[in-house]
Amino acid sequence: MNRSSENTSRTGMAGPALMFAVIGSLFLLGWVLSLLLSQETRFPSGGNAEIVKLQPDQTVFSTSPQLDSRAQPTRFAVTINQPLSAPRVETGLLDADGFEVTVSCQTCHATRTPNVENKQASDLNEFHAGLPLNHGNISCLSCHNPDDYDALKLADGSRVEFSDVMTLCSQCHGTQRRDYDRGAHGGMTGHWDLTRGPRHRNNCVDCHQPHAPQFPHMQPTFKPRDRFLDGPTGETHEQHE
Amino acid sequence: MNNTNDDSSTRTVAKSTSLPIINQVGSTRRTVMKGAAITLGLAAFGKALWPMISIPENVSLDEFLQQHYKELSDDDKQRVFARIEQETANQYGATVKVSDHQPIPGVKFAYAINLSKCNGNGKCMEACNLENNHHRDSNQSYIRVLEMEKGSFDMELGNTTYNHAVPQADKFYMPVQCQQCDNPPCVTVCPVEATWKEADGIVVVDYNWCIGCRYCEAACPYHARRFNWEQPEIPAAEINPDQGYLSNRIRPRGTMEKCHFCLHRTREGRLPACLEACPTGARVFGDINDPNSDINWVLQNKRVFVLKEELGTQPSFFYFFDS
Repeated sequence: MNRSSENTSRTGMAGPALMFAVIGSLFLLGWVLSLLLSQETRFPSGGNAEIVKLQPDQTVFSTSPQLDSRAQPTRFAVTINQPLSAPRVETGLLDADGFEVTVSCQTCHATRTPNVENKQASDLNEFHAGLPLNHGNISCLSCHNPDDYDALKLADGSRVEFSDVMTLCSQCHGTQRRDYDRGAHGGMTGHWDLTRGPRHRNNCVDCHQPHAPQFPHMQPTFKPRDRFLDGPTGETHEQHE
Repeated sequence: MNNTNDDSSTRTVAKSTSLPIINQVGSTRRTVMKGAAITLGLAAFGKALWPMISIPENVSLDEFLQQHYKELSDDDKQRVFARIEQETANQYGATVKVSDHQPIPGVKFAYAINLSKCNGNGKCMEACNLENNHHRDSNQSYIRVLEMEKGSFDMELGNTTYNHAVPQADKFYMPVQCQQCDNPPCVTVCPVEATWKEADGIVVVDYNWCIGCRYCEAACPYHARRFNWEQPEIPAAEINPDQGYLSNRIRPRGTMEKCHFCLHRTREGRLPACLEACPTGARVFGDINDPNSDINWVLQNKRVFVLKEELGTQPSFFYFFDS
């Protein structure tokens, strides 16, 4: 009994197995054919992203002036606003041609001995006396260079130019610098795609006044005048738009 | 068999009897049928042309007969764009260039806003208004900056009409615009397929195909769609001449519109106008398919959330905080 049942089950298995093999091979053939056909139709259309990626010189983009740069992806520069040079001090005088006379910081500071005891502008009784300083607990000489007031200094005492002020800021504001380097801090203009055009970025001191770096309060100047709003008064529809 | 034979024989007999008279006065069955067919044909033709009579005043015949954007050939597009440029010149006195920017192959756009930075000054709305040739009188914009109570992300409780120095200490500010959903409810509900999602993720509108039913406006959980209640009024000098058919060309009255990530700029590799205008640097834009892009860095390293995630709309628009 056992043997015969085994035999029948074996022969019974052979039928479906053959059928599966035939149907499977048919499916496989169909799949291969459809793949070939779809390849043929996809290539000329250029609609498939992956395939176009394989041919980076073939682009459907026609309005870009940087068409040629797509073939060899040269990257445009990211430029950063730079303070031109050390600040100049206005004397309030006019020269013979009517231009304002400005002098460098060293004009006065070269003749004076730096006093490290002066921590705030309020400690001064002369020139910078009224200067608002609201920048943590740092003092004047945390950033200003006592050896040359036309430059700044890093925490280790080494000289850094005004144009490299971002290096100075980054000593303490590391997370902001990290975000800045990844485009997540600070305004910018230009191109998101550097293979198509350059980008221009703000410097720290464009937005943050170094002596009082907190971003200033602003007054909104542009409000939508939706027909369902009563106007930018803030008195009505306080909760719902 | 017999019947047909009989018929033919009687017909020949009738013909032979009426042969001398060519234009028979009496109506035969044949002429009646012919007349009825002609009448029906004319009626059908008239019915087919009837919509022509109902063309609105502000729509030209060419515009009325224009096909869906996806069915336009290159020649059609040139004709359509030339017509739009001409209409803009006639109505607004401005010389503009309407272009057809295509998605950049392999690019998918994403946008993120830093809620720790945004202070609600609204420069983004102003930039949008200027860039996208919005109606000036209503200060139309694709962006709403919501003033929100700290402790809730319920945007329905946000206030757009605040008019005081920002930021207020007990508030935060959340700009909301089209989230360019990967599962966009607005596209699903459109009865005429006038809005669809493009390969780079931008949901666009064919303003000439839109019938203005506003279903999409009702379907959008972000209140991101706008309806043109009026023909936009813009001084000629302020019209942005760099226009895209699917983006910032001047939209006709009675159509829906929405943020298109400034596709006439971003598909040229440029940054969106709202990002360039932001004085706080709160906005990050880029290609999410590029593993080294800034936007990918933000998504991987910041505390990120999407608005109304529970709805399953899968936005391409993100909000994050500085940690």
